[in-house]
Amino acid sequence: MHEIEMLINGRSYSGLAEARMTLADFLRHSLGLTGTHLGCEHGVCGACTVLVDGASVRSCLMLAVQAKGAIVETVEGLAATDGKLSPLQQAFQDTHGLQCGYCTPGMLMTIVELLRENAQPSEAQIRDAISGNICRCTGYQSIVEAVLLATGGKSAGRMSE
Amino acid sequence: MTGHDSQKPAVPAALSVGRAVPRLEDPKLLRGQGQYLDDIALPGLLECAFLRSSAAHAKIDDLDVEEARAMPGVHAVLILADLMPKLTSGRMPLGASPTGGQSNSTPFVLSNSEVAYVGEPIAMVVADTRYLAEDAAARVKVAYTPLPVVTDARAGMSADAPTVRTELESNVLNSFNVGFGDVESAFANAAHVFSDDLWQHRGCGHSMEGRGVVAEVRPGDELCVWSSTQMPHDLYYMLQSMLGLDQDRLRVITPDVGGGFGPKYCLYPEEVAVPAAARLLGRNLKWVEDRRETFISSIQERDQYWTVEVAVDANARLLGIRGRLVHDQGAYAPKPVNLPYNSATAMSGPYMLPSYSMDVVIVHTNKVPVSSVRGAGYPQAAFAMERTMDLIAFKLGLDRAEVRRRNLIPPEKMPYTKKLKARSGAAMVYDSGDYLASQAEALEAAGWKDFPDRQARALAEGRYIGIGIANAVKGTGRGPFESGIVRVGQDGKVSVYTGATAMGQGIETALAQICADGLSLPVDDVRVIAGDTARTPLGLGGFASRQLVTAGSSVHLAAKSVAAKALAAASVILDVPQADLELKDGHVRVLASNRAISLAEIARTLRGAPGYAFPAGTEPGLESAMHWRSDSLAYANACHVAEVEVTPELGQVEIKRYVALNDSGRMINPMIVKGQVEGGIVHGIGNALYELMGYDDSAQPVTTSFQEYLLVTATELPFLETILRETPSPINPIGAKGVGEAGTIPAAAAIVSAVEHALAPFKVRISQTPITPEALFRLVESSKTN
Ligand code: FES
Ligand code: FES
Repeated sequence: MHEIEMLINGRSYSGLAEARMTLADFLRHSLGLTGTHLGCEHGVCGACTVLVDGASVRSCLMLAVQAKGAIVETVEGLAATDGKLSPLQQAFQDTHGLQCGYCTPGMLMTIVELLRENAQPSEAQIRDAISGNICRCTGYQSIVEAVLLATGGKSAGRMSE
Repeated sequence: MTGHDSQKPAVPAALSVGRAVPRLEDPKLLRGQGQYLDDIALPGLLECAFLRSSAAHAKIDDLDVEEARAMPGVHAVLILADLMPKLTSGRMPLGASPTGGQSNSTPFVLSNSEVAYVGEPIAMVVADTRYLAEDAAARVKVAYTPLPVVTDARAGMSADAPTVRTELESNVLNSFNVGFGDVESAFANAAHVFSDDLWQHRGCGHSMEGRGVVAEVRPGDELCVWSSTQMPHDLYYMLQSMLGLDQDRLRVITPDVGGGFGPKYCLYPEEVAVPAAARLLGRNLKWVEDRRETFISSIQERDQYWTVEVAVDANARLLGIRGRLVHDQGAYAPKPVNLPYNSATAMSGPYMLPSYSMDVVIVHTNKVPVSSVRGAGYPQAAFAMERTMDLIAFKLGLDRAEVRRRNLIPPEKMPYTKKLKARSGAAMVYDSGDYLASQAEALEAAGWKDFPDRQARALAEGRYIGIGIANAVKGTGRGPFESGIVRVGQDGKVSVYTGATAMGQGIETALAQICADGLSLPVDDVRVIAGDTARTPLGLGGFASRQLVTAGSSVHLAAKSVAAKALAAASVILDVPQADLELKDGHVRVLASNRAISLAEIARTLRGAPGYAFPAGTEPGLESAMHWRSDSLAYANACHVAEVEVTPELGQVEIKRYVALNDSGRMINPMIVKGQVEGGIVHGIGNALYELMGYDDSAQPVTTSFQEYLLVTATELPFLETILRETPSPINPIGAKGVGEAGTIPAAAAIVSAVEHALAPFKVRISQTPITPEALFRLVESSKTN
């Protein structure tokens, strides 16, 4: 068992974990931060994406011990402390960018990283950035639209309504 | 309402239906505050893992659990015999059948003497953590004697095939004919007869959240079960009988569900094993399916082999269709075998067909059991029919859309009765729709007419582009009912309780809209509680694109009845005739005056108080429970047009454009409808091009991760162009039709039609899904050598 401490969403957390425990399980089950979801546990679906020291990682593929002392950002940290949704989250609601909401935390964290690097991504860049995140519900269109809405971008596609 | 963003302008009362109201579900989900099955935390919760068969068919000679049992952190390793004291049967009942009962094709709670597919649960480990439970499951020793395996349903139906389970005499679970009219004379008198062999391949639903179950043992021998299921009430009835529990001692709750798509519309062995073990051990237990388990234990669907013969007159009008449909059922039939019946009866879709005869054979194989996946038999039917339409056009040198136009049911024939019976036994009556207009509008939007020019120009540049079309109808709103209870609280807020199940479709928002309009309230004042058997006594759940139609109708009627009750009570309280009252903005107002009484006050009055008089002539409680009944279906329709570019040397398909017209009757929330359609299309595109659940010759699954089984990602898709038509259904009070599956059903057929069209210079005929790069490459190569 290892004592692990990390700064998550600006708050310090600590807990005990076996060396083999994934960061995802540590966040979810040891710390009760269940916003981060597991869709595949083999690094393909992206549902478990969180930011570690500013870079997106698949928390199902990272061990909790590897994140010792790291700065971690999860979906729980996106809304303001008074609960107000961030512009990206609000855009997700406005464009219907989520249905069951299961892939959503990973989508949001992936896009947060994208927008820090590129505040005005094109539709193609958005699709590229989320190509490692599987959403079975929405067909992605509304997620792409959410990012465009949040960044004032325009869809290259033909709007038919 | 928790989480509602107060900055958004309140939706004006009585105007929400038909508008793109932002979903009430979203704020908590966007903050990571949803509560999905795996998020449920209970005191002393232990975790479970299942040992699953590694053999496709084998006798279990010996099961040695001693070493696993002795491992630290392990509380129990259970086999069927251990659970039997808590079970009334070791075999699962026939799911969703009111008469319950077992057949010799339902799965076992745990298998103890023989296994019939890779993934079949054999033993269950209970440990402090899932990590430890999996460690221990790996130490259970199973001695197998391999038995012969059936991998292909067509081979499995032959008389000398080995049986997939030794208890069976034949792998043919059922066979029947679906038909009408004089098919023999249709063929005898036809101007042309064509035939084709088709295969549509199985895939899994792959909701991003797997299945899962939590069982909590409560004082007084009570049991509370949470399940990531599409049908909490069915689970309740099944558990009650399987566990021999008093109805008052059991409660089933569906928490937030991370997608269903069919596989969660089934009752699984784990959903019985975990609660039974919880009762046996007196501990709270949880099991959550991991992705590998989804691949080998969640329901799959679609493997069907069709042989189709079609007879047409000189004008390409359909005279008759006949053929055979072989349905791969997998190792067990957890439900009555509705799917192939759906397929066979749905084949003629939106077209007029004078005669029909389809022989259906349902055959067991040593693969994961089969039940519904989004579309439930309809995508295969649409694929068979739309491929047939393309074949007729190809053979007669006609435009593919023109052949369809000549055969579509015209609007003046609505309502149109097919000479077939729906599963309920009721006649199949298409209630409304204008299929010709739908097709015309989709073709126009997609630029169908100019396509030959564009194709010729592309070809001159050495590019292979193609356009494809597919139509579909889907019977939605399957009854017999869904519950909707509307209750006004003493604060004027309204609760809606329903047996419908929310699994991402936005049903909570849509029902809240209907209720809000019925009571002239802002949507935010309505809270919807779905999927809790303690709050809603009756319900059927989420499947067959049914919930908005059925629960929506019930909620509509219940809200109306509450409104009538409020007016009646207000009339007594205010001493004003009802004709002089109106319900507006949460108040009953006296017309032409500023007197008013709020719904909250009326609710408080109707709550009753000891010693206070009750308004004369009114019943207690400002609430109403409705169970809108229906045996008929509301038929949604769709026309999809896809444009693709194919690189023949690589077998690669790029989707350039996708235009989907959808008519799901009156739309409660067009934004939700559009989202459902888009999600459905992408599922169908996956079926067309990517999703291959592979098995080798010994029925070993070879695709058990998302690295081998490909789902569509954002980069494979063009901008989806969705056109929404609105032909109200006359058969329900809200005019709605279902939408959840309508986008999926024609999508694979449209894509395949486009790919075939792009490869017209090679004269390839595509008769299967998925059409993988390898399969496409081979088709092109063999056309070159022919
Ligand atoms: S759960 Fe980590 S990538 Fe799928
Ligand atoms: S919203 Fe359900 S998986 Fe994306």
